[in-house]
Amino acid sequence: MSILITKETNFIVQGITGREAVNLTRENLDYGATIVGGVTPGRAGRDVYGVPVYDCVRDVVAQHGPVEGSIVSVPPGFTKDAVFEALENGIRIIVVVTENIPRKDVAQMVELARMRDARIIGPNCLGIISPDEAKMGGVGGPAANTRQAYTKGPVGIMSRSGGMTTEIASTLTAAGLGQSTCVSIGGDAIVGTTYAELMPLFEADAETKAIAIYSEPGGRMEAELADWIREHDSRLPVVAFMAGRFMDEMRGMRFGHAGTIVEGKEDTAAEKIERLRSAGIDVAERIEEIPDLVRKRMAERS
Amino acid sequence: MRFYEYESKALFARHGLPLGEHRVATSADEARAAATAIGGPVVMKSQVLSGGRMKAGAVKFADTADEAASLFQPIMDAVVSGQTGRSVLVESKSPVAQEYFLSVTWDGRRKQPVLLFSDMGGIDIEEVAETHPEHLSRTHFSTLLPITPRIAKEAVGAVGVTGGALNRITPIATELMRLFLEYDLTLAEINPLARLEDGRFVVLDGHVDMEAEARGRHKKLLAELGVQEEETRQARPPTDFEIRGRQVNEADHRGVAGNVVEFDGDLGLVIGAGGGSLTLFDAVRKHGGKPANYCEIGGNPSVGKACELTKLILGKPGVEKIAVMMNVVSNTRVDIVARGVIKGCIESGKDPKDVIAIFRIPGAWEDEGFKILAKHGVDYCDRSVSMYEAAGRAVAKMG
Repeated sequence: MSILITKETNFIVQGITGREAVNLTRENLDYGATIVGGVTPGRAGRDVYGVPVYDCVRDVVAQHGPVEGSIVSVPPGFTKDAVFEALENGIRIIVVVTENIPRKDVAQMVELARMRDARIIGPNCLGIISPDEAKMGGVGGPAANTRQAYTKGPVGIMSRSGGMTTEIASTLTAAGLGQSTCVSIGGDAIVGTTYAELMPLFEADAETKAIAIYSEPGGRMEAELADWIREHDSRLPVVAFMAGRFMDEMRGMRFGHAGTIVEGKEDTAAEKIERLRSAGIDVAERIEEIPDLVRKRMAERS
Repeated sequence: MRFYEYESKALFARHGLPLGEHRVATSADEARAAATAIGGPVVMKSQVLSGGRMKAGAVKFADTADEAASLFQPIMDAVVSGQTGRSVLVESKSPVAQEYFLSVTWDGRRKQPVLLFSDMGGIDIEEVAETHPEHLSRTHFSTLLPITPRIAKEAVGAVGVTGGALNRITPIATELMRLFLEYDLTLAEINPLARLEDGRFVVLDGHVDMEAEARGRHKKLLAELGVQEEETRQARPPTDFEIRGRQVNEADHRGVAGNVVEFDGDLGLVIGAGGGSLTLFDAVRKHGGKPANYCEIGGNPSVGKACELTKLILGKPGVEKIAVMMNVVSNTRVDIVARGVIKGCIESGKDPKDVIAIFRIPGAWEDEGFKILAKHGVDYCDRSVSMYEAAGRAVAKMG
């Protein structure tokens, strides 16, 4: 099993004729995805690697029936409307790739998604992959590169960085530890789905035996995860890696991602490491320590 | 992007929030004229992008116009968090009966804006939260539903404020919430909002931050407030090296060579992407290395962009070598980056094998990339060498 998506999940790509979207359509098809259509207003009738293009999400649904997911890769000024369009046409899992979306727009998307009982992953993310099952988004790049880095197994990954999702998966794979589902949750100050919001899904997934997370300074997402772990008697050990420790001395400067900025004491790497550790989460000093820590914790719990 | 107090107040004025009479002065003569026009005692405040002005001596009081003129220069010269004033705001000073705190910001956990209100304004709100939590209310509100006064009324009432004050503060808080969303702000704060002894309510100080990503939507407002496009309004102004870094990125739309930040070390860093750069910068420092810069390459930069970034960094005084490192890449081509940095070394008059301390970018097209690097004798490695180890190899080559 896996979380969020399966082999059977069908989806569309909004903004499919854009350069980045064309690439990720190719990569997802090569990895076995069922992409029923694409949307770019004014480009109806064309196709991208055999995927038919429509003007509206409504037209895809009319032609192909209900659609489960969408990858949104449109310019930041149009993203909110694209997500609203997906939500109002019954789509329930939306991966938002676009960067540089103002927070108000993200908050509005998230609010409507809650009203529609749907889920947003991102923005500013590379999407979701369940190795050998399904992939939705640019995570891992071309299918051959994706297969090299990601293998099926017991570790779930959640990461605020798309690139580091692959670095961690590749490190686990090299150590003989595969992954159940890996989620690039996005690097913005507000994201559709946080670590803590994904935990119940991993918890319910029998295949997942441990979690690895990549985190950064800025925001309260790590504190929220620490609270969740404390409040729930989770069966899953969590191993974290914290990047950007140098930022603790550089208040008010943004590095890495839009959400990565130290504004208050609780935003610092040091404070977050402390909180994660106090909730029983191992914090690795280096990426290459993650596999051993994961193995050790899994052995303790079995 | 932080607004100066006078810009924040200009924005508040456009929305009818009550302000004391005020003028901006850029000379002692203007300060004298402002104080004369306002009449009576005035408060004079240095316009800097930082709090803590009172402690730094950047806020002073004058009873006469002559006094205002003589205080101008000392206020301008007062250093607040490393900055000196851009101008001095001269404002009428009236006796205050009570101070309130109002602030709208984002709550990333709830993913909603939140209105903070306290009837203990004028002091550090963190302190109020710790010592008098019953005097601070937090009220989240929708970004989709219309903003109506009942939200602010509940927030104000939650700390026990009633009577005339409740009815006077509610519309002010409501307008602040509307402003917050309308202009894509990340902070809209009034501290303090004063009830004067004569019963009037006046915004004494304000702090507004606009989301950098939304600047394009509010060009008209920013132009009217006099905010120049090149003003980054970060924690510190950009250095010349950083400005040239931005130019390298903007000169070519293919890929990203972003967020070039200057440090004072000897090891130049061509690193990426967002999370990879954070991880690698930490790793270099942990090995005792001294980075000359920070940057984020990614999104498949062209040969030209990688070349120009390399030249910029190699041209920085004190830089002896560069380390070219990324996490396992998905959509960046290893061979293109390799070609770009080698070209940059050669165009800088350096031998790539001497100045590239390490090249660690695994991923798409790596075999082609490694071939090019081998041809030039550059030390490179694949993903079997961790990011941490690669950083260590680079640092070990420094003198």
